[in-house]
Amino acid sequence: MKADQTLDCVGLYCPMPIVKTAAKIKELKTGEVLEVVADDKGIKQDMPAWAQATGNEFLGVEEGGGEIKVYVRKTQK
Amino acid sequence: MAEKEKLTIVVFSGELDKALAAFIIATTGASMGMDVTMFFTFWGLNILKKNEGGMAGKGFKQKMFSLLNKGGTKRLKLSKFHMFGLGTWMMKLVMKDSHYPSIEEFITMAKDMGVKLIPCSTTCGMFGLTENSFRSGVESIAGAAYFLGEARQSKVTLFI
Repeated sequence: MKADQTLDCVGLYCPMPIVKTAAKIKELKTGEVLEVVADDKGIKQDMPAWAQATGNEFLGVEEGGGEIKVYVRKTQK
Repeated sequence: MAEKEKLTIVVFSGELDKALAAFIIATTGASMGMDVTMFFTFWGLNILKKNEGGMAGKGFKQKMFSLLNKGGTKRLKLSKFHMFGLGTWMMKLVMKDSHYPSIEEFITMAKDMGVKLIPCSTTCGMFGLTENSFRSGVESIAGAAYFLGEARQSKVTLFI
């Protein structure tokens, strides 16, 4: 999936990927896509929950080589 | 989004593992756009005490208690496997190896995210603690009514 910005969270455990995502999303413009790369499996459940709570759009997960990539479109006001 | 949802946590316990759990949920709540208040009471106040704080309280009993119950993030123990400090020391090493934030870093993070840290007035009164006993960035001391005022408007309330 194509993203406008990437956030590297490899090696970080909950809640750090979510904490960093919340800070990073502020740098994006509305409509842009953020890619978060992580290896903590919790991210697959956490990111959709975070997106729903903050009013952003969760786009999906891509997995491979021990890395998990999740995608979120900034739609929050 | 409309008005922010609220999360209120009572931190009653003063152990390292329970303090971490409380701050993990608090920082996650703040990341999810929630308005977070942490109300510290009883042993939980040890998390907010200064590491280098002197003896607090008036009179022999409060002073003795302050000496036995010094507090500060450096003195927090695990609720299990403390083993005279060995277990807690190992836990801190494991966290460091995993690049996991320390309790000190979690408190700073929470503050930066706007989490409110509130010491309970009754415990402060009984133990002779004042606002000077606590690290900087702690809000003013408040009572149970303040906690309930926050809790009744909160979507989520936890007791740790």
